[in-house]
Amino acid sequence: MLKHMMIKGLVLAATLFTAGSVSAEEGGGLQMAQTRVSNLASVQSGARLFFNYCSGCHSLKYMSYSQLGEDLHLGKDEVLKNFAFTGAKIGDQVLTNMPGDNAKTWFGNTPPDLSLEARAKGPDWIYTYLKSFYLDPSRPTGWNNTVFPSVSMPNVLWELQGTQRAVMAPAKAGEEGHVERLEPASPGKLSPAAFDEAASDLTAFLEYAGEPAKVKREAMGVWVVLFLAFFTFMAYLLKHEYWKDVH
Amino acid sequence: MANVFTRIGDWVTERAPNMMPTYRKHMSEYYAPKNFNFWYYFGSLALLVLVNQIVTGIFLTMFYKPGAATAFDSVEYIMRDVDWGWLIRYMHSTGASMFFLVVYLHMFRGLMYGSYKKPRELVWLLGMLIFLALMAEGFMGYVLPWGNMSFWGAKVIISLFGAIPWIGDTLVQWIMGDYNPADATLNRFFALHVIALPLVLLLLVVLHIAALHEVGSNNPDGVEIKKKKGTDGKPLDGIPFHPYYTVKDLFGVGFFLILCAFIIFFQPTLGGWFLEPDNFIPANELVTPAEIKPVWYFTPFYAILRVIPSKGLGVLAMFASIVLLFLVPWLDRGAVKSIRYRGRGFKVALGLFAITFLLFGAIGAGKSAEWIPAIFGANADVSGIEMHFGWFLLAIYFGFFAFLYVYTAFGYEKTKPVPDRVTTHA
Repeated sequence: MLKHMMIKGLVLAATLFTAGSVSAEEGGGLQMAQTRVSNLASVQSGARLFFNYCSGCHSLKYMSYSQLGEDLHLGKDEVLKNFAFTGAKIGDQVLTNMPGDNAKTWFGNTPPDLSLEARAKGPDWIYTYLKSFYLDPSRPTGWNNTVFPSVSMPNVLWELQGTQRAVMAPAKAGEEGHVERLEPASPGKLSPAAFDEAASDLTAFLEYAGEPAKVKREAMGVWVVLFLAFFTFMAYLLKHEYWKDVH
Repeated sequence: MANVFTRIGDWVTERAPNMMPTYRKHMSEYYAPKNFNFWYYFGSLALLVLVNQIVTGIFLTMFYKPGAATAFDSVEYIMRDVDWGWLIRYMHSTGASMFFLVVYLHMFRGLMYGSYKKPRELVWLLGMLIFLALMAEGFMGYVLPWGNMSFWGAKVIISLFGAIPWIGDTLVQWIMGDYNPADATLNRFFALHVIALPLVLLLLVVLHIAALHEVGSNNPDGVEIKKKKGTDGKPLDGIPFHPYYTVKDLFGVGFFLILCAFIIFFQPTLGGWFLEPDNFIPANELVTPAEIKPVWYFTPFYAILRVIPSKGLGVLAMFASIVLLFLVPWLDRGAVKSIRYRGRGFKVALGLFAITFLLFGAIGAGKSAEWIPAIFGANADVSGIEMHFGWFLLAIYFGFFAFLYVYTAFGYEKTKPVPDRVTTHA
């Protein structure tokens, strides 16, 4: 408990220190993902979502199944049964069976590897992106996205989320209209709150995949900083003792 | 036991009679002024970061694979599969930024207390050369992970050499070894980053410290402590560097390491300032990042390029902005060293110069796109306002050097009397 509070405190301090720049990087209009990579249940749930809905097209080439099992506290059999749909072995990388050339023909683009997506775009971007698909008959897939306009990917989570349609803002003279907000068109299997949580879990999983060492890093950091604080205090006493005779 | 050590000591002394005198000259009998303040921590901290960069760099080199096809993957391999690789890499990437942070503060200290003035001109010049070598080192290191910002940053920075008349284009190709930053570029940058420039840096640092110890350290009062010596021939206001400043610097090191640990363990990208999001995307010559900008420590100089529309003039101004710093010891003709006893004009000018440097940093980092609409409204002409404000800042930046000369050479500066002895001690 105490350790947990210390982590929170330190992270808060560090976040405040960089708050200005973080908001600057992420730009306007993004919703907070509110992920915690140290929340194992959330990351596990995100992993299930990833392998059921994303891994058909997207790889995680810097991850191996064995590392996933180790980090997510899952046994070898569980990992192979629930995650390895490609017939991969436990030591293999998380690749997809989809041939890149076909993917390009089907979607217009090869689906990118997602290992570092959370590091390149940030968790808030992924979270908001997952929630921002809407029906758009003018697109080849029938889907569009407010965060990523003209996206090649259809909304693979529509079963869970249901569908949304765009409410357009009235177009100004000489300009094209833009999407003002999204409203539900048909309900999905999950309630809006439950879908938000699913999107957050999936984001947490990608955040983990972007930097598997993150949980360990933050847990260790607390002890390193505490040690250094003690070291600095001792160094201060030492300095004070030596400098007594400087007048 | 003690006897063994004494005998080993004697054995070495017999064969290297200058060893102990060297230790005494630079440590136990190097007399430093006793009134060093906060600003005097950054020299030793810079040395600490240099050691950190070399040690972590050696370990990174064991796993990093230079080459356009392998570099990016090998960095991820270090981050994920090498034991403690993530820690070593973050120590190195954070160290790079911290190096510039402490060096900038160290340089500002020199400007404040006149540490560049006679007899310390050589110390300042060697320091400026270290700064130049460090900029080259930082730039080439930034290219090595071969992310998309590495590629585009390299392309933009190397293309600056194209502004040189006649030979420009040939020079750019010669530097890159190709028509674009490519495999050849990456491999030569690796060689320069891990061998050539570290050797140059180490040599310059040794010379910088040796030159300093010849003349002795300046201090916040700008008083020459060697002018007042006791009957024992030692400066009255001096204390041996060891143990007094070694223990004091140890405290500073502890404080500094806490700050570094915060970043390394909790905010290793520092919100995109130390490691940029675009550099987690592999280099791709077909996809230009939304905004190409260098890491924060180059942004003040990059801003000069941004606000001058002509490439040739921009490069010239950027070059001049650094060359003028080399010339400060000769531009400043004032006899008084420390800002404490200098005229008000100097204080105002140095303050404006520092603020200008920071604002240039913000412009180079692309902050105008956020700040200008916030100040002038959403329909403001961002690039126009940035350019005109940038010209105003250019006038202050270059005006500082002109003012410094006129103010001191023609006797406009009204200084306060400088005390004979140092006034404070920590």
